Amino acid sequence: MQTKSHINFDPAFRWLTLAGGLAILFLVGSICYTLIIGAMPALKKFGIGFLFSQSWDPAFKEFGALSSVYGTLVSTAIGMLIAVPLSLVIALFLVELAPPAVSRLVGGAIELLAAIPSIIYGMWGLFVFAPFLADHVQPWLTSVAPGLPLFQGPPIGIGMLAAGIILALMVLPFITSVTRDVFQMVPEVVKESAYGMGSTTWEVTRKVTLPYGIQGVVGACFLGLGRAIGETMAVTFVIGNRHEISASLFAAGNSIASTLANEFTEASDDLYLAALIELGLVLFGITLVIQFIARWWLRRTARKLGAVR
Amino acid sequence: MKPRSLTYRRGIDLSIRVISSLAALFGIIMLGWILGTVLFKGAAAINWAFFTELPAPPGMPGGGLANAILGTLLITLLSVLIGVPVGLAAGVWLAEFGQESKLAEVIRFAANLLMSTPSIIIGVFVYVVMVLTTGKFSGTAGAVTLAIIMLPVVARTAEDMLALVPSALREAALALGMPRWKATLGIVFRAAQTGLLTGTLLAVARVSGETAPLLFTALNSPYWPESFNEPTANLTVTIFNYAMSPYDDWQTLAWGASLLITAGVLGTTIITRGFIWYRSR
Repeated sequence: MQTKSHINFDPAFRWLTLAGGLAILFLVGSICYTLIIGAMPALKKFGIGFLFSQSWDPAFKEFGALSSVYGTLVSTAIGMLIAVPLSLVIALFLVELAPPAVSRLVGGAIELLAAIPSIIYGMWGLFVFAPFLADHVQPWLTSVAPGLPLFQGPPIGIGMLAAGIILALMVLPFITSVTRDVFQMVPEVVKESAYGMGSTTWEVTRKVTLPYGIQGVVGACFLGLGRAIGETMAVTFVIGNRHEISASLFAAGNSIASTLANEFTEASDDLYLAALIELGLVLFGITLVIQFIARWWLRRTARKLGAVR
Repeated sequence: MKPRSLTYRRGIDLSIRVISSLAALFGIIMLGWILGTVLFKGAAAINWAFFTELPAPPGMPGGGLANAILGTLLITLLSVLIGVPVGLAAGVWLAEFGQESKLAEVIRFAANLLMSTPSIIIGVFVYVVMVLTTGKFSGTAGAVTLAIIMLPVVARTAEDMLALVPSALREAALALGMPRWKATLGIVFRAAQTGLLTGTLLAVARVSGETAPLLFTALNSPYWPESFNEPTANLTVTIFNYAMSPYDDWQTLAWGASLLITAGVLGTTIITRGFIWYRSR
């Protein structure tokens, strides 16, 4: 029998697929490099002061990131403060309370929230939710907490509070679905032994399920945090886009992403552009840090639980 | 532990039950509110002209977003042509060759990082690399941006799906004398095809609703997309521009575009999910 001689494609195949993998590495490297080079003029001119200056005046070429960074952090914080407890109780509902059919239906609906494009949240936020907030929620907040500077000022709807609430809605499905999976991984035997001792559902959740799955829940929160911090369109629509820091959550502000979305195409001179790219660099740096912490956390968790990977 | 009365414990339990049911209800209501608004306001803008005509100046009757619909389809298609093959290649390498190696771990970390990078940062990157150097916004730049966003998602999904294929299948193919590439593309891919297809579809659906990365790459245009070397009309940036305009008829068109994009993205997601669910039964 004669074997047909043929060219061995295997090495080529191997290299070709490796090229795909290296492309990812190369892209991440070039994004870092490009952002740093692009931001260089602003880095040189403003130095570390860029992060602590509140002035943003393209006409006088004065740029500072403080209000954008502040807006990013505050809107994300509001979003997480609302989303985390809400996600926890929804996950509790899905795993412990609802009958399977209801749980699947509600779970699916909550996951659909994640599939809605962010610009749709923006449209709804600007035209529907912000007016609702201005008419019904903000006056009520002011009257409930009369002295609190957080809830002072004219109820205009758009602003930090609206951005935070919409961010909460957007990260809710991510945290909920991971938390639900984590809750489901708790062995039935462990839960049943607690029920057998006469615990109520809430006691089982608080003293058995939650401690068992707390690591995973924290991981889920990091996931949500990572998404919220770079969210652009929804925030751009509702945050008000004003380069000022104000104590009230009702006031308009801006975030790094919204500043980029609004001003990038308008950047007329090199320094303006460099300052915007430096804002992008700051945002990239923040996501990098979150990602590192999340990885570290997950690895620590895996080691603690004795898992292989 | 302090002993508490049964009534107290039952009370706490009941209130938590009520709170968590209300929270789930709240989630559903928000979903319904958003989708209802989009459907209600969008339906008012949808008519024949919406799908067939170019945008009209504000105040003029008629006009549609045919150019933006076509542009979004073309940009998404081009981004799939760039992003999916590279992503699949990366996934194959990670699952079949890289596995537990140091390099594979680094690439996985890079993929996770790229996935969590805000899409607007990818837009800034492509702006500097492609728009600043060529001096003009282009549909190609927009498609490349979307492809970069898609890449790590496709790669990680492909890796997961390929890793699910039992090794015995690979070994059987190799034992018959099949070269590795043929075993991978002919046998392993076929075994994993449902997962690969649905994973890719979900990634494409997500990317097609993206706005931020197109803002300063594809930009927007009131004309038909004739060449990928110039600003290309697309639905999402059109929504942004029109929604921010003071003209009522433009805002109406923006709602129409919102309905179309939501229906497209949600439709693809629901059908894909339904398919996965159906296959897994």
